[in-house]
Amino acid sequence: MSPSPAAVEIWTWSGCPSHERAKADLVAALDSLGLHDTPVGLRWVETEEEARERHFIGSPTIAVAGRDILPGQLQEPAALTCRVYHRRDGRVSPVPDPDDLREALQSALSDWS
Amino acid sequence: MTYTPGDIVFPFTLPRVDGGELTVDPRINAATVVVFTANHCPYALAWHDRLDAVARDYADRGVPVIQISANDQARQPLDSREASAERVAKGHFSGPYLHDESQELARAFGAEKTPDVYVIDGTGRLAYHGAPDDDHESEDARAHYVRNALDQILAGQPVLVPLTEAVGCSIKWREDAPLTIGTAQA
Repeated sequence: MSPSPAAVEIWTWSGCPSHERAKADLVAALDSLGLHDTPVGLRWVETEEEARERHFIGSPTIAVAGRDILPGQLQEPAALTCRVYHRRDGRVSPVPDPDDLREALQSALSDWS
Repeated sequence: MTYTPGDIVFPFTLPRVDGGELTVDPRINAATVVVFTANHCPYALAWHDRLDAVARDYADRGVPVIQISANDQARQPLDSREASAERVAKGHFSGPYLHDESQELARAFGAEKTPDVYVIDGTGRLAYHGAPDDDHESEDARAHYVRNALDQILAGQPVLVPLTEAVGCSIKWREDAPLTIGTAQA
């Protein structure tokens, strides 16, 4: 499969150390969907103003075509913070569950295939 | 000034998130664990149960585990004192949970992350500073850096690993925070 035409990005904040792990997981998820060599952009969110504009609820946020693909269930406030994810086994994690990430990615990219 | 292993940690007093104040004097305990934490940090939450287990396991050996929220609630409303009190009411903490609104204590300790863990021996000297253990994702890790430090202190032995790198969310500092902070003192 060709790389996705939609921009795949990680929105990240420098105060949180999880973006490298998130990038590795995201590349693995893209590979599992056959989207090899899809470029993954890093967008740094470093001001409260930009966090509010993007409704950035924490780092890392995975976005496709400018939209958070894992918006979650809670209406969390925009903030420069690390994002809280929950694994499918219930554990709290600084990165999304790989299965949740792959499914959300597949759903988000289906509009662009 | 910030504390490094070997430094004397001065007593301090802070409000409890659920009311009242607590004075912590490490010299009256066999050892004392101080944890700078947060309500909405995935690293702090991932390690929370393991650190709370330390609080339970060492309580009858004269070791209090003091957790402290120092984040600026204006920057992260989920770290408000009220949100912290809710967690205490739900029984999430086996030890005291304090609120460092001025952030002076966090600065005096040199805390930068959540969680950032300090183990102080019975003479009041900082014996360990760093992460709870080496893997926030593994329940098997059991906060072993902290447990090892405590076991060595309680056995009258030197702490073999006094410093590790704290891993977690950056503390959210107040924008109006003063540039220089003195030593915290009760």
